[in-house]
Amino acid sequence: MARAERRRDGGWLRNYLLRHAQTLFYAIGQLSRTPLATLMTTAVIAIALAMPTGLHVLLKNMQGVLSGWDSAAQISLFLEHNTSEQAALGLAEQLRGHPTILEVEYISAQQAMAEFQRLSGFGEALNALEENPLPPVLVVQPTLDRQDPQALQALVEELRAEATVDLAQLDMEWVERLYALMEIGKRGVWLLAGLLALAVILVVGNTIRLMIQNRRDEIVIIKLIGGTDAFIRRPFLYTGFWYGILGALLAFIMVELSLLALAGPVNSLAVLYNSHFRLGGMDFLTTGGLMGGGLLLGLLGSWLAVGRHLRSVEPT
Amino acid sequence: MIRFSNVSKRYPGGYEALREVSFHLAPGEMAFLTGRSGAGKSTLLKLIALIERPSGGQVLVGGQNLNKLGRWRIPYHRRNIGVIFQDHRLLFDRTVYDNVALPLIIAGQGRQEIGRRVRAALDKVGLLGKEKLYPITLSGGEQQRVGIARAVVNKPPLLLADEPTGNLDPALSREIMRIFQDFNRVGVSVLIASHDHALIRSMGQRALTLEQGRLIGDGQLVSGESQHGQG
Repeated sequence: MARAERRRDGGWLRNYLLRHAQTLFYAIGQLSRTPLATLMTTAVIAIALAMPTGLHVLLKNMQGVLSGWDSAAQISLFLEHNTSEQAALGLAEQLRGHPTILEVEYISAQQAMAEFQRLSGFGEALNALEENPLPPVLVVQPTLDRQDPQALQALVEELRAEATVDLAQLDMEWVERLYALMEIGKRGVWLLAGLLALAVILVVGNTIRLMIQNRRDEIVIIKLIGGTDAFIRRPFLYTGFWYGILGALLAFIMVELSLLALAGPVNSLAVLYNSHFRLGGMDFLTTGGLMGGGLLLGLLGSWLAVGRHLRSVEPT
Repeated sequence: MIRFSNVSKRYPGGYEALREVSFHLAPGEMAFLTGRSGAGKSTLLKLIALIERPSGGQVLVGGQNLNKLGRWRIPYHRRNIGVIFQDHRLLFDRTVYDNVALPLIIAGQGRQEIGRRVRAALDKVGLLGKEKLYPITLSGGEQQRVGIARAVVNKPPLLLADEPTGNLDPALSREIMRIFQDFNRVGVSVLIASHDHALIRSMGQRALTLEQGRLIGDGQLVSGESQHGQG
């Protein structure tokens, strides 16, 4: 009857929410009473969360770099040695009219030689050669991108059929390999994330288990005077919640600081490659995932510990 | 209020704590439960509070057959019983106020209601003004009174006490017993386990005597330890 009255005046819901809020702050108050122990547990959780998060951010950055190179899938057409400049330029002009070709660049045998001399470091030695061994080259920029390898391959076959073309080569094998490596990296990050998520659950679970043991007397007393399992469970679940949230926050700080530390060297490297690349930080989705993941893992860990150990604490 | 019908309790390992115990405690009645250590007093109280389940027979509390009470309803059952322990079972990291307020917090009472009732309960046991103290700073008798305040703050119709005066001197013991009598006078049923025969005799109340798990006496204790009149 008392309950029905409370329901009617609407105070029941307010009391319920108030009790949850009280437990929430009670749990953080309990944690702040043992700051060192709390910090150590939080740090372990944070490191476990920061590792996959940091690797994920780095992979995303690499992907960003690659997508810049990605569109630059090129086809190099090595022409027959005896092809005249007119014939080469004619072919270039003809190919520019091709529907799937964006741009064609002509590199004469002399230009190729000059570039090779400059880059290879053989310099004078190459002057000793009686004739230029390098063929003239047409660098073809297709409108297709690497997402459509069959169309690219068809174009290569088509170009290879040209009479003056000696060799047609798709310059993207290394990009393919890099992508394959990145796929392995991504899979690795997920595996690592899975293992470390398990670690977070175990750390939180073990911490809660110790808490339950330390507060055994209190739990027994509450059970004796009519506390429901839900009532007893609540502060432990909120403790797990706080561990997850605090761990995720600390992980966020760790990742951001690590990226800050890497930004300088990465910039220097980018300058060496004439690139404007900058190391990107954590985006909204990653941050949200980290926070949500931490929270859920904390709750899950405490839920498992509470479910497993609370029943064994019964008054005798 | 409490009705035992041929209740037996056998613990795992074969120890028989209670054998075929039957009695009835009427609503508003006060009685003592006496007998030597190991006679089954604590076990009997545990069956009422559902800390243990009987191996045979029936226990009815407030008309409810406890055999038919599921595990999830035990907390609600216990809220109707105020239990007082020999070792007080207080939370020593919380103030007197918080200790007494605990049953009300568990029951989900509002803050104002809690404050009002806690002060009323502390007033009844003569501890008003000590709300903010921690139990460790109180004497044994005061700690026991905090335990009583916690047991009655919810206004349960039934009070159980397991050796509530076990650690107290005779004067303090009588004081505690007077508090129980006060509650009984306003209609609360009271069952007190105690081996202090002198104290029980001086109270002049009904006494149930257990010996090796059997109920061997029911009535007022008269002179001598094992003689009983029918009451």
